[in-house]
Formats: sequence, C-alpha cells, structure tokens
Amino acid sequence: MEIIVCIKPVLDPDLPPAKFTVDGKKNEVIPPEGVPFVMSPYDALAVEAALRIKEAQGGKITVLTQGTKYAEEIMRKALAMGADEGVILSDPAFEDSDGFGTAHVLAQTVKKIGKFDLILCGRQAADWDAGVVGSLIAEYLNIPVVIRAKSIEVLDGVLKIERISTNGSEVFELGLPALVTLSSEMGQVRIPSGWGIISAAKKQVPKWGATDIGTDPSQTGAAAAVNRLVKLYVPVYERKCEMVTGKDPAEAAARLTEKILAIKP
Amino acid sequence: MTTKNILVFGEVEKGRLAPITKELLGGARRLSDQVGAGVNLLVAGALSGESLQDAAEFGTDIIYHATDPGYGEFSSDAYSFLAVELCKKIDPVLCLMGQTDLGRDIAPRIAARLGAGLCMDCVEVRFDPAQNIFVQTRPAFGGKALAEFSSPAGKLQVNTIRAKSMEPAATQAGRKSELMEIKEGPDPSAIKTKLVSVKVLETDGIKLEEAKIIVAGGGGLGSAEGFTIIKELADALGGVIGATRVPVDENWVPLSIEIGQTGKIVSPDLYIAIGISGAAQHITGMVSSKKIVAINKDPDANIFKISDLGLVADYKTVVPVLIEKIKESAR
Ligand SMILES: Cc1cc2nc3c(=O)[nH]c(=O)nc-3n(C[C@H](O)[C@H](O)[C@H](O)COP(=O)(O)OP(=O)(O)OC[C@H]3O[C@@H](n4cnc5c(N)ncnc54)[C@H](O)[C@@H]3O)c2cc1C
Repeated sequence: MEIIVCIKPVLDPDLPPAKFTVDGKKNEVIPPEGVPFVMSPYDALAVEAALRIKEAQGGKITVLTQGTKYAEEIMRKALAMGADEGVILSDPAFEDSDGFGTAHVLAQTVKKIGKFDLILCGRQAADWDAGVVGSLIAEYLNIPVVIRAKSIEVLDGVLKIERISTNGSEVFELGLPALVTLSSEMGQVRIPSGWGIISAAKKQVPKWGATDIGTDPSQTGAAAAVNRLVKLYVPVYERKCEMVTGKDPAEAAARLTEKILAIKP
Repeated sequence: MTTKNILVFGEVEKGRLAPITKELLGGARRLSDQVGAGVNLLVAGALSGESLQDAAEFGTDIIYHATDPGYGEFSSDAYSFLAVELCKKIDPVLCLMGQTDLGRDIAPRIAARLGAGLCMDCVEVRFDPAQNIFVQTRPAFGGKALAEFSSPAGKLQVNTIRAKSMEPAATQAGRKSELMEIKEGPDPSAIKTKLVSVKVLETDGIKLEEAKIIVAGGGGLGSAEGFTIIKELADALGGVIGATRVPVDENWVPLSIEIGQTGKIVSPDLYIAIGISGAAQHITGMVSSKKIVAINKDPDANIFKISDLGLVADYKTVVPVLIEKIKESAR
C-alpha cells in the first residue's frame, strides 16, 4: 500500500477563548506569544490511520504539508510517529490559497508522486473548519472519496470504510485508489517514541514549489481565492449570569430549582 | 432560457421535509425576493404527498423530484451527479444545502465540478444589492471567531447552512408549486462507492435538535453513571440529555448526542450544562439556546460567561436535590 497523508499546521485549537484575539485590520488571528502551532488533530488521526494500515499489511507512508510556517515542525512529528517520507510544498505562490487552491497544490503533488493507493486527510482543519480539501483533491484526481471515517479496512484491494453520520454510522466499499478523511471517532493517536524522534530528525524532507509540481498560477494564492475573507472578528456571546447561592449546597440547589421552574417552557 | 433561481437541495425525514429544508426554503425565499429569483427545490427518493405540500407552502416555486431508484438512498456519488446535472440545466445563482451529512459530502464536490464558489457551515447568507453579490458569515477557529466572505458576482455559489440559522418562512396554506419529475437515474460510471450497511442509533422519544429542554453533561460527570443521574433530571423536566465530546470519547454516551461544532447544533428554550467547561467548540453548538443554566464546581469555568443562571457546586450533591424538588413541584 502506497499511502499519502496530507497534514496542516494550525493554531492550537485547545487555546482558551480568552487568549484568542484577532487583528481586525488585517483580518488575521494574532497567535499568542509562546503558543505553538500543532498538527491539526484530525490530520494526526489520518497519520495514525495510515500507520495502522501499514502495520497490518505493509506499505509506505508519504506525508505532504503545504505551508511555510510550522510545516517543518509538524512534518517531523508525523515522521516521528512513523511515516516514511515527507514533502513540504512551499512557494510564495501557494500562500493564502483557499480550499480550491490548496487542493490543487496537493493534487498536483500526488500526480507528481504518481504511485499511490490511498490518500488520507483529516475531516477538517481545526482552524478554518471547512472540511472541503479532501473532497476537492478527490474530485481533481477523479477518485472515490468517503468523508468522516472512523475505521478503515483493506481487503484484497477493496476498502471497507465505516464512517460516522448524524444518527449513527454507515459502511461503504470502494476500490483503490481512493481518498478518505478521518474523524475523531477513530480513536487515540500514538505518541512518537524516542527512537522515532531521533530517526525522524535524520530524514531529508524535500521542499517542492510551483515549478516542481506544475501548479497553474491562476489557481493558487490569495488572488485565486473564489470567496474572499472580508471580516474576521470575535463574536460576543456573553450573558449576565446570576449566580445562585445558599447557606449550603442543598439550599442553593433548592433556590436554583425554583428559578429553573420559573423559566422552564 | 432559464429563469433566475435559487436552488435548495432538500432532505426528507420519515416522509416529510426535514426541519433544515424548511429553514433553507425560508432563507431562500427571503433572498429570492431581494434578488428577484424563483425558489427551486431538489429532492431525491421517496416523497409523500404531504412533503410536496410542505414544500409548496414553505415557499417553493418549482420542485424537482428525482424518482429513479438510483437516488433511493443517500449516495454522495449519485447525489453529486444529480445536483450537477440539474445546476447545468437550470443555472441557479445560489445553491443552498444544510450543513448535514448530505451537504458536507456533496457541496465541495459539486462546487469543484461546476467551478462554483463554496462556503461551508454558514450562519448567514445575505445579498448585497450594491455589489450584486452574496455575503456569507461562518464560524471559524472552533467557534472562537466569525468570518465574513464576499463572493464574486455572476458566479454560482454553493453554500451549506448550519441548522437553526435561517428562519422557516411563514407557511401559506394552499400555496401551489410546480412539480417536475427527474426520471433519469445517475450515470453508472459516476458511482464509485457502494453503501453496504447503515447503523442507526435510535434515540428514544424526542430528537435532540427538536427538544425544548436539554440537560447536557460533560467530562465533569466522571462516568457513565453520572449520565444516569442527569437523565433522571431530564426526565423530570420533560427534556432529553446531551453531551460534550469528552463523554462521547470516553464511551459513556453515544456519539448521536454530542453537541457542538462536530456534533449537533441545538437551540432549546432551556439548556442545563452540568460539568461542562464551556470550550468554544461546544458553545458554538448551543449558545443560541434561550436560557442557559450552568452547574460547575469551578467558579471560573467559561460556561458561566454565557449562562443566565449559575451554580458553583459538585453536581453530585446538587443534582439529586434538583430532581427531588422538580418531582415535588410536579405532584
Ligand atoms: C477540532 C475540535 C472539534 C471539537 N468539537 C467538539 C464538539 O463538537 N463538541 C464538544 O463538546 N467538544 C468538541 N471539542 C472538544 C472541546 O474542545 C472540549 O475539549 C470539550 O468540549 C470539553 O468538554 P467538557 O467541558 O465536558 O470537559 P472538560 O474540559 O473536561 O471540563 C469538565 C468540566 O467539569 C467541571 N467539573 C469537574 N468535576 C465536576 C463535578 N463533580 N461537578 C461539577 N462540575 C465538575 C470542571 O470544572 C470542568 O469545567 C472539539 C475539539 C477540537 C479540537
């Protein structure tokens, strides 16, 4: 199995709301000092899924990430988890691409790599949360796609995917090559071992740009974005909270009950 | 010649139009009146006479009903094919879908095939008459931010809409719409995935999204037993239980009751949050509840910031009192 995994660095999604601020002029998030970017958690699940398949039946895992900032860090993490190779897609022309632009870059990279059976992505990047890049790559490569998988089985060249749905789950069968996006129901992601970290540090990770992968300049970068971000802001949801107290928890609870009964529909 | 139109990709639940579809028709109706367009509805699979009537009364001008058995059950491949073929034929200015299993799946695929603009999980789509464009607002960064996008003029927009963010139109009893049957099935070469089985986690009674009262538990409940306690509270109040992601990840409760960015979007009259910290990804799914009550042992928990009533306590000591008092009041 030749597996390609696409990963993205994101501002740590567990950052508490109090530390989250936006530059209203530039329409950009201001990353707080000392808070590292991380591999988008769903993408880490995609790496994990690839490793499980490789452990079950052998194969090679190549990780792709597009970006300049933090690409190196998260690539090392994926390699330390056990991925075999990585490529960083880095070119000023790629910066600030929208979902279509990003998918174009990744699809072109996959074409250049040539040989692959399975592409894995996270169900959505934990920053913009759109959840479209995986499906768009599949469209550009004209291969089948299943989104939000919780388990992947490969049997005689047929993929069996269980994916979550609003009211339960569904099982699909599809042929290879294919693209699958992973959801958190897949389970735990492994922590890199010391040995993994050491061997990852030694690996060469090539950087490819627009000319290496033959992207169409009219399809990447901020200028190619179809819908444009015009405003980014922090919504204010705060309400005035009446704190209910009492001489002991039981009394406080009794008071709260009265208030609940008063507002209960 | 096609007439200017907005296309809604509808969904049917138990033979009737799904609530999200009524919301989309409401949004489409309001936009269409500003844009000067008709509202078309695409639905696939079995459809009752009542849902056709629903569609008309909620504001549809033309219903396109795909009746081929190939559209009998949801298929990303088949439905993408269907939507693309219809869009090519009727050339809508805007295509709306719910941020549902269907919308998440097919919106990016049809946008790619039609070279359309795409915006997912919108909480608002408005029309800017000065620029003759649609403007979308959507949450980002797990709900910590809202982002507004402008779309290019003269290009189809494919937008998915978050549940409960558009108001259904007031129904007009007896309103009629035109019914067009799409008899052709999907091109067999377009079907690349095969659905082999479906597991439905049946919820007993009221659906979470439609409940008026939700008692939700978080990681602070500590165990599956904790949910037995809050279920009793929910029962006493005539409500249902919900959860954050932590109890779902811990397998205390099924995924089907997760609320938030990656779970369900709810907006009940009363939301009681117990042992919930108030992470952005959870809040984004419940913040529009009419009244929010929080019980948390940490006085600094973020959940209190968005609540109307708060109690700082260990839930184990206070929830049994709540249950007893509520039962008493009902007697
Ligand atoms: C990309 C992404 C998507 C996500 N999507 C979702 C989503 O859709 N929905 C969702 O809910 N989460 C989601 N999360 C997770 C989210 O960030 C939080 O981790 C989660 O909501 C926290 O759940 P919690 O508040 O129940 O648990 P915790 O953070 O563990 O908080 C437990 C709370 O209980 C209180 N507590 C502890 N013991 C007691 C007691 N005995 N009595 C009373 N109070 C007590 C504590 O003070 C604390 O405030 C997502 C995360 C990411 C990164």
